[in-house]
Amino acid sequence: MKIGVVTFPGTLDDRDAQRAVRIAGATAVPLWHADANLHKVDAVVLPGGFSYGDYLRCGAIAAQAPVTEAIVKAANGGLPVLGICNGFQVLVESHLLPGGLIRNEAQHFICRDQKLRVENIDTPWTNQFELNQEITIPLKNGEGGYIATDETLKRLEGEGLVAFRYLDGNPNGSMNDIAGLRNERGNVVGLMPHPEHAVEPGFGPDTAVAMRSGIDGLKFFTSVINALVNA
Amino acid sequence: MALFKKKKTEFVPSGVDTTANAAITPEKDQPYALLGLKDDEYARIREILGRRPTSSELAMYSVMWSEHCSYKSSKIYLRQFGEKVTDEMKKHLMVGMGENAGVVDIGEGWAVTFKVESHNHPSYIEPFQGAATGVGGIVRDILTMGARPIAVMDQLRFGAPENPDTARVVHGVVDGISFYGNCLGLPNIGGETVFDKVYQGNPLVNALSVGALRHEDLKLAKASNPGDLVILFGARTGADGIGGVSVLASETFDSTGPSRRPAVQVGDPFAEKVLIECCLELYHAQVVAGIQDLGGAGISCATSELASNGGAGMRVQLQHVLKRDESLTPEEILMSESQERMMGIVPKKHLKAFEAIVNKWEVEYAVIGEVINEDRLYINWGEEEIVNVPPRTVAHDGPVYERPVAYPAYQDALNANNVHVAANGNGLHRHNDNGSELAAQFVQIISSPNQADKGWITDQYDRYVGGNTALAQPDDSGMVRVSEETGLGISIATDANGRYCQLDPYQGAKLALAEAYRNVAVGGAKPMAVTNCLNFGSPENPEVMWQFKQATAGLADGCLELGIPVTGGNVSFYNQTGDVAIHPTPVVGVLGVIDDVARRIPSGWQDEGHNIYLLGTTKDELDGSVWSEVVHGHLGGRPPVVDLSFEKQLAEAIAAASEQGLLASAHDLSEAGLAQAVAECSFRFNMGARIWLNEICERDGVDRTSALFSESTGRVLVSVGREDDVKFVGLCEARGIPVLRIGVTDNSGTLEIQDVAGWQLSDLRAAHKGTLAELFAN
Repeated sequence: MKIGVVTFPGTLDDRDAQRAVRIAGATAVPLWHADANLHKVDAVVLPGGFSYGDYLRCGAIAAQAPVTEAIVKAANGGLPVLGICNGFQVLVESHLLPGGLIRNEAQHFICRDQKLRVENIDTPWTNQFELNQEITIPLKNGEGGYIATDETLKRLEGEGLVAFRYLDGNPNGSMNDIAGLRNERGNVVGLMPHPEHAVEPGFGPDTAVAMRSGIDGLKFFTSVINALVNA
Repeated sequence: MALFKKKKTEFVPSGVDTTANAAITPEKDQPYALLGLKDDEYARIREILGRRPTSSELAMYSVMWSEHCSYKSSKIYLRQFGEKVTDEMKKHLMVGMGENAGVVDIGEGWAVTFKVESHNHPSYIEPFQGAATGVGGIVRDILTMGARPIAVMDQLRFGAPENPDTARVVHGVVDGISFYGNCLGLPNIGGETVFDKVYQGNPLVNALSVGALRHEDLKLAKASNPGDLVILFGARTGADGIGGVSVLASETFDSTGPSRRPAVQVGDPFAEKVLIECCLELYHAQVVAGIQDLGGAGISCATSELASNGGAGMRVQLQHVLKRDESLTPEEILMSESQERMMGIVPKKHLKAFEAIVNKWEVEYAVIGEVINEDRLYINWGEEEIVNVPPRTVAHDGPVYERPVAYPAYQDALNANNVHVAANGNGLHRHNDNGSELAAQFVQIISSPNQADKGWITDQYDRYVGGNTALAQPDDSGMVRVSEETGLGISIATDANGRYCQLDPYQGAKLALAEAYRNVAVGGAKPMAVTNCLNFGSPENPEVMWQFKQATAGLADGCLELGIPVTGGNVSFYNQTGDVAIHPTPVVGVLGVIDDVARRIPSGWQDEGHNIYLLGTTKDELDGSVWSEVVHGHLGGRPPVVDLSFEKQLAEAIAAASEQGLLASAHDLSEAGLAQAVAECSFRFNMGARIWLNEICERDGVDRTSALFSESTGRVLVSVGREDDVKFVGLCEARGIPVLRIGVTDNSGTLEIQDVAGWQLSDLRAAHKGTLAELFAN
């Protein structure tokens, strides 16, 4: 099982995403921004960071990279793609997911452990969760406020495309408390919080049981392995 | 190489001040005083060169001989960090003081390098860029040792929170660190934030970075092999950070236009992130002999230091430098402090491989010179020679001063005015018999800006990136895993208490060391090495120089007593407005090592029904305390006594208890004493407790005010599961550590201090958490 992890110049959480893939039991394959070859990976993770410095608009330049063009094509053919934080921004800028992401309501970067509700489990990235399961994974972004037109929001809600919703406080002013989305087909999932930072006991969010023991993010990665095995 | 070939075209003099010109115009009037050089310093430069310096040489010497670069006022005191050491202390030191950063062997073939540096003055003028480039600079220092940077921390001092200018500085500095640090992908694992009116016009912005490397990857920034190429790569050179050197520019050229030379550098964290990955790949491919970062003094510093460190010389063609602005003069190019630049020393045979890697990262570069087998630094501007100096005289043989030292005139009166005699001889009032007053003081203190939760600041920093963070704020130390295979990790804590140092700089420095040492120990790590950032007023003030002398002696003596070496540091003088200096603020950072970060000790209570023990003895030590400041607005007397041999014993006891798995949590007692520790232990995981003070008062002979708020050193609060009680108490007693059960954790959602108060934890927490947001949000 090979899962590609993309590195753009300015990507920061690529090594973390690779580690998450390994812990889940798959092989992580580094994908370089300038290389349109996806090296026959079975799924792709677009990790967090500040691709190309996020100049212009978050994810806007990355959306034009050779590797992204290849990913968009493959995603339209059904390849499972997960965009985390900056990766979510890239998916939105590439029109694989609708809407946009703007500066946090508080006008500054926010890092905190964030509670979410998983509202859609019919995707290769969420099939190991229970429907409406509440999970906690780290959130860390400056531009995570989700926006969309009324029409788009109505469609997202009506078709059940909101995959994750913020609980216990909306950290960035996202419309409808939206933390993450799936596409119609379900293979493309994007969210602002970081599942790859909640995969290993000792380095995740605090839980009621023990300090930094939260590993709710691991199921994103075991989900995709499960989906690929049963495909 | 076509660096120095004569051009075919006819030679036209450019008008720059050449060495030839300098030789024939000895009488030329030079603006050395405007550049900060003293008469005798200028005379010495003329003596070294046997002629007057060219304007480029003058620019180089003036910056390299500045206080910031040459340490001319502090050098004679810094020497003791290298002298007051034993062989045992040097055992784990791979690189000591004097390099870009010290390197410590942490075992399993791993080493770490860490350093803290000041960016105080730029951060007052332009807080955002000042703080941002402070982070950028220290990270590049770490990189030059061949290490991958793995974490950052910052030590901040701001003016009074209610002063309107403080919000400007706080917002700028925090945004700057957040903007730059978060873009680098380095977790911010802790630091300090202190408010005090003494920092009003002189905020302190210190930035620390730590990096990890395999032993065999250690690099030293030096140019020693003749023929190797000198390559400048990274950002282009612009007109930022030039400051006083524009005097020369205007002297050389038409000076009628407006000044366009900003003195504060501007940072681009994206360029830095790319540079980090690019440098690590260059090291990994073994195509560079060394890399030096360009920070203060830019190309002047990098060329002279690389050559001087390597015992070689260098020939540089300055016109090959890639510029953002083609109108830059040679003097400005030499002095520019444009960020995100590196100078690599590359053997010719590796040039192709070097180019392939920098091209992959889309980093610009220019070959600007080569290393030569001669003790000389030659810099050409086209065909004209503008610098011809022995590199060591620029980089390392700067002036050294033994500045006058005077015991401060105010010192005796300050020390005499202790908490027992203040308030007209009555002593600061204590409400020992009034529980509700003590309770009010407790809340007042834990919600005061310095003791309040710093989440409003630290939640703007990424503490997760890298996936190796084991402890971070609000824990006592920051801890990161170094080896994913074994769990080997490091931790760092930094501390400084300016109020203690004002009362007694010798003790104050030792107190900072003791606290940082204890903070590392309570996380479960073994303290190994020390770095520092010494923030003081003007060295030209003999009373400030006395403070500096005392503080450095205190720190050096303290390190010797604890048996851990100083690996490097930084000095920042001139932190004063008019005649009023800041409190001496020697920030001390202690590095610890832990064999497996899974063994780290939480800093707060997690489980119900655990016993709470206070280790150490409480004395009536409230001079200089938070209680005296927050409740009474007082500063006087003498700071708490430090017993470093006891601190060592205490750290060893914590380590032993941790190895046997006896500790559920451990938290250091320092500012605001037991009160603060109890509050933080309960807030960390929202676990309440019942605490009683009477046994502390009885055993140690102190009143309830001291039991709650005294800042006696050598104390730690721990929680222990009932099944481990006997074993734990036995361990402490066998090691001569005073141990006293003072409470029990409970999950009732309340914190009760017997005969003082019982609070809803949520109320108390809201008071503690709300302060900074109320002051600075919006």
